[in-house]
Amino acid sequence: MSRASLAVACGAVLRRDLTLAWRRRGDIAMPVLYALIVATLFPFALGPEDALLQRIAGGIVLVTVLLAMLLALDAMFRSDIEDGSLEQLVLAPQPLALMLGMKILAHWLTTALPLIVIAPMLAGMLHLPVPVMGVLMLALLLATPMLGLLGAVLVALTAGTRRSGMLLALMLLPLCVPVVIFAAGAVAAAQQGLPWIAPIAWLGAALALALVLAPLACAAALRIALDA
Amino acid sequence: MSKWIPLWLHKLGSPPIFYRFAGTLRPWFLALALVAGAIGLYGGLVLAPADYQQGDAYRIIFIHVPSAWMGLFIYGVMGVASFIALVWRIKLAEAVAMESAPIGAAFTFITLVTGSLWGKPMWGTWWTWDARLTSELVLLFLYLGVIGLYHAFEDRRQGARAAAFLAIIGIINVPIVHFSVNWWNTLHQGSTVRILGPSKISASMLWPLLTMMVATKLYYVASLFGRVRTDLLELEGGKDWVRRIATGQSTGERT
Repeated sequence: MSRASLAVACGAVLRRDLTLAWRRRGDIAMPVLYALIVATLFPFALGPEDALLQRIAGGIVLVTVLLAMLLALDAMFRSDIEDGSLEQLVLAPQPLALMLGMKILAHWLTTALPLIVIAPMLAGMLHLPVPVMGVLMLALLLATPMLGLLGAVLVALTAGTRRSGMLLALMLLPLCVPVVIFAAGAVAAAQQGLPWIAPIAWLGAALALALVLAPLACAAALRIALDA
Repeated sequence: MSKWIPLWLHKLGSPPIFYRFAGTLRPWFLALALVAGAIGLYGGLVLAPADYQQGDAYRIIFIHVPSAWMGLFIYGVMGVASFIALVWRIKLAEAVAMESAPIGAAFTFITLVTGSLWGKPMWGTWWTWDARLTSELVLLFLYLGVIGLYHAFEDRRQGARAAAFLAIIGIINVPIVHFSVNWWNTLHQGSTVRILGPSKISASMLWPLLTMMVATKLYYVASLFGRVRTDLLELEGGKDWVRRIATGQSTGERT
């Protein structure tokens, strides 16, 4: 297997997943709508005072994006398992981890990227100060791939089960605690005028680690879950 | 290397032999756990002096601290057993890992409840978002995730393997969570009992604590043996040795 064929295979998987997502454009809008609805509900529940909303805006946007991603996570491998194409991918000569990495990238592009695009709007609705917006975007850019990678491992583990929605949330919570802490920590620090580079650097380091390890773990998990 | 490993040790990996071995040892472990627990509780609740600052309220540590240790210790056991189960596919290791999870979850839950009971008079609140409390809660969620994933599969062995993988991910995650929540917020006191160097606790309070630690460990082994025995009977349902036990033909074995 030459280097070129590997690149071709990666490209093919990516193109296939993006095409499938594009054919069902309505599904891409769902997490975005969900995030919009959740963020709208907070001012109703907490009252419209600027000071309060400003203080919690960063955290709300982060948690909302996390929940919206969790909602979409369940569907990451669902249709591929149902039509059997995931099993073909497992049997393919190309390394499974790399192929799954491409699938995770496609999933991130179709669910997390739209969320990141509307995040400034959500933050603006909650009166997050404009200078902090950049830090929030940076934190989201690092935190969402982390969640996608970690979530993919867990989705792969539950691939052989029937009901996995609540279970996925229960399993993801312990894994996403550090991500939320550092991402929200950076936003809070920026809001108080403190240096925010340290938590962002931690997030980046964790992302670098997850980029390498998570696809491998995802492949191992999928082999366990499909091995019936 | 293999010289000092007793020759019979590897045989314990076989379900029928482990079933008999655990059946013989379980009452002893249970009895020793009850005796050690009684001594430890008497020492802690009656003999040990009251704290000069906290009065009698501190006595909850004789339950709280051993449970907290067990919560982590059992997670360690579960992780090691999971690793063995995934690498060598030993059925017994799967059973040990999966049957450890509910016991560990129970100990973690006891830790949270006793800590909360102690926190009300001492800190003035049932719950606070402190680093140690939060990591303990996350540990409980990890246990629940493992248990949930195990039961989500139709096939028990496949469920055990998937849950074992999750347990190993959790092992990597526990220190990360602990570090990150420490960085986030901390209020809980530091460790007073040290393995290296002198402990910062009076000897009259230390010995009941250590006795309770031994008692909880023994109880864990006894409980684990009982659960694994039941699990093995279920897993090996169609095998000859189970049939012999079920029909009461087993020789020299009282179950």
